Amino acid sequence: MMHAEQTLMEAATPLLQVQGIRKLYAPGKGVDGVDFDLYPGEVLGIVGESGSGKTTLLGCLSGSVIPDQGRVLYRNRDDRELDLYNISESDRRALLRTEWGVVHQHARDGLRMGVSAGANIGERLMAVGGRHYGQLREAGENWLREVEIDPSRINDTPGTFSGGMQQRLQIARNLVTGPRLIFMDEPTGGLDVSVQARLLDLLRNLVMDLGLAVVLVTHDLAVARLLSHRLMVMKHGKVVEHGLTDQVLDDPRHPYTQLLVSSVLGN
Amino acid sequence: MYVAVKGGEKAIDAAHQWLAESRRGIPETGELSVAQIRSQLRLAVDRVMTEGSLYDPELAALALKQASGDVVEAVFLVRAYRNTLPRFLYSCPLDTGTMAIRRRISATYKDVPGGQVLGPTYDYTHRLLDFTLMANGETPRGPEPAEQPLEPCPRVLEMLNREGMIEGPDGETGAAAADREPGDITRDPLSYPASRDIRLQALARGDEGFLLAMGYSTQRGYGRNHPFAGEIRYGEVAVEILPEELGFPVVIGDIEITECDMINQFGGNETEAPRFTRGYGLGFGQSERKVMAMALVDRALRARELGEEQDTPAQDEEFVLSHCDNLDASGFVSHLKLPHYVDFQSELVLLRQLRQEYYQKADKASEKHDNAGSVSRQESEA
Amino acid sequence: MNLQQAQSNDTGGYNFAYLDEQTKRMIRRGLLKAVAIPGYQVPFGGREMPLPYGWGTGGMQVTATVIGPDDTLKVIDQGADDTTNAISIRRFFARTAGVKTTEVTTEATVIQTRHRIPETPLRSGQILVYQVPIPEPLRFIEPREVETRTMHALQEYGVMHVKLYEDIARHGHIATTYAYPVKVNGHYVMDPSPIPKFDNPKMDQCPALQLFGAGREKRIYAIPPYTRVRSLDFEDYPFEIQRWDESCEFCGAADSFLDEVITDDQGGRIFVCSDTDYCRQRQQQQQPAVNEETCP
Repeated sequence: MMHAEQTLMEAATPLLQVQGIRKLYAPGKGVDGVDFDLYPGEVLGIVGESGSGKTTLLGCLSGSVIPDQGRVLYRNRDDRELDLYNISESDRRALLRTEWGVVHQHARDGLRMGVSAGANIGERLMAVGGRHYGQLREAGENWLREVEIDPSRINDTPGTFSGGMQQRLQIARNLVTGPRLIFMDEPTGGLDVSVQARLLDLLRNLVMDLGLAVVLVTHDLAVARLLSHRLMVMKHGKVVEHGLTDQVLDDPRHPYTQLLVSSVLGN
Repeated sequence: MYVAVKGGEKAIDAAHQWLAESRRGIPETGELSVAQIRSQLRLAVDRVMTEGSLYDPELAALALKQASGDVVEAVFLVRAYRNTLPRFLYSCPLDTGTMAIRRRISATYKDVPGGQVLGPTYDYTHRLLDFTLMANGETPRGPEPAEQPLEPCPRVLEMLNREGMIEGPDGETGAAAADREPGDITRDPLSYPASRDIRLQALARGDEGFLLAMGYSTQRGYGRNHPFAGEIRYGEVAVEILPEELGFPVVIGDIEITECDMINQFGGNETEAPRFTRGYGLGFGQSERKVMAMALVDRALRARELGEEQDTPAQDEEFVLSHCDNLDASGFVSHLKLPHYVDFQSELVLLRQLRQEYYQKADKASEKHDNAGSVSRQESEA
Repeated sequence: MNLQQAQSNDTGGYNFAYLDEQTKRMIRRGLLKAVAIPGYQVPFGGREMPLPYGWGTGGMQVTATVIGPDDTLKVIDQGADDTTNAISIRRFFARTAGVKTTEVTTEATVIQTRHRIPETPLRSGQILVYQVPIPEPLRFIEPREVETRTMHALQEYGVMHVKLYEDIARHGHIATTYAYPVKVNGHYVMDPSPIPKFDNPKMDQCPALQLFGAGREKRIYAIPPYTRVRSLDFEDYPFEIQRWDESCEFCGAADSFLDEVITDDQGGRIFVCSDTDYCRQRQQQQQPAVNEETCP
């Protein structure tokens, strides 16, 4: 709790500045002009139906989809401002290995299924020069505990894990280098309701304890409400409403948001 | 006392001698002549020329004789020979529209200008072994030539093209591709992603069996693209060169080729009207199976530029092009016959060590178990 | 012997060392680039040779490119001069280049090898040509050429250590025993060809020029003389070479790579030096007066 409060207080400058991002596959399909700022320790939820452009937007923000127009500016650990699409591919990829993390909807896309949990967690450390097996293993065991996986499973491959465990392993794999910004795409998609609840709890605690900034894409308003401080609602590539989560969900202004909110039972 | 084996050179010489004898076979049977192979095993000769990338039926027949009928071995001989030949220039593109047709069929129309010309094909034969061929009988005679000469056979796909119903021969790249010099995979190393000209070269030289399997997989649903045989034609075309000094094209000879145009499912997107797409195959001699398979694979490999999902083996450019050359494949597979005893020795050393440690650990574990048992016995006795 | 004399010899109608001069020029350009960027795989337009792909055509093309009429060639396979493929390749160059050949490592100026580095230390002025089946050290984990190229360019070698980590987790040791990956000149990670890891230290600061040819995959790479070559490992699991309890049955060497030879079907076995020249030299030194015929 302390950590998050501290970072929020220090943050006069945004961690991420998104300006005029546009990436269109066809009229109304893709991202059609999105701007926002993200501060350290803040969780921004992006909600909308499938086809709204939210996944494309996430791709543009995390460097995997090159936008047709616009800029993404990131302030790194050394307080330098990096223009994501103006730095070299090498620097972009390095960013994704160190200060950033990406949690995919399908754990298989974010894990190496053929190697052990310990190797999955240790890979980012090895990529930045970790060369002590004992220390790598210790880090692996520690992080397994952090994400509530029994550390004795460190030698098991992810294929032997349940869906929820795979997702938690993916999270551990990302957090091991102490990133400041995490991109998440439907992190609870495809999981049982009870498993979802546990995962959301873990995510919420980790985000608070580590002061992570998160951009979270989801179609599930309940997930958005639980995790995000602020919310952006997307439709046909545009942001139709944004604001504090509770405000947007309890008092939606835009007709589309009203429709979304009302169509979810028990929201 | 063990004496190291020597005499590798003598062994190789003896092996070569025995090979020569086996190749000749039973001395009482007449020796096969190159001319016989060329004319009576012409389809094997055609395959050797196509995969050997060298149009010379006599050399291909010689290679088959030297290789005791092993097609891949014969292709190897031809390719190695091809490598020593001086290169003068590239020919003009073959004009297959002016082909002297021997066989020409289209599955997409019941009839087409020029007609369905069946030609010499096995297609309609009943696959019953003909034992009369075991004895050399009369020389069969072909049908009498027709009274009317063959009508002109315009290319079926050109007719579709005129209506705008199908993409042009160069695909989406159109005019830009026509101006660009094609690459040459026999000179420059292949690199990915590969352009269509490079892919087609690799496929033309590629192993018929491999391409057949890949093409087959697309039909069975691994990247289905709804193919129709728009046209298959086999016959002779003139080869022309354009020497700079002359400034006009000169015919240097005729070659027999088979060409296949496949018509595939329509593409098109928001900015272009939907049209049929195409796949292309070309080979030396009468090589229908090869050119049809090649056309199917060509179309599958165009998935990327046509904006289709690529999730099947035949659409995977690196997979197909890295493995389609049977010289690469057979060389590497058969290299496993070479001595590997040093590498194997390294593995033996490690495995022995690991097994030793495994059993040591197991022994220690069972010791602990026994000791634990004895401790508790002591305790209970105390 | 000069080039004209060499070419006028009966080389069966082929150019000196079989390849035409254009091809040699092309390969030389590739070799220069390779030497300038130690450990980097340079693509080259490899040619079909009269031996099959996978049987040393890459090494042969490199040898054919660098060899001259005054060179002395040694060819070994598994460390031995008289294995069938070594003989076949040596004959090829004897026929197409008319060069002097030898089995004595110290007499050779060009050594083409498959899967071993000679035990006798090499000296400045010698060239060691390695035959390489799979040049890409990342191939085991990434089949795509486009991706491995990027990984090398960006020095993304985390996966190599993942593999080593996994070995230790599973077996308690690094389980790679040959083709053991190395970092060259502090930059590129390279596959040294399937030499046993026993030979890896010989590549480090070697006075000779080391050239690597992969014919089927069409890549060449190089380690210039006196280059730093380090085998990948962990601080607490350092790189180790193989050791035997036995020594060579013929020459008594305890410091060379030993082949295991099965002598009967009851499990009888002896160990002999894999490097036949090294073994012979040692034997001759120990018993110089003994008649040639009784030496194995």
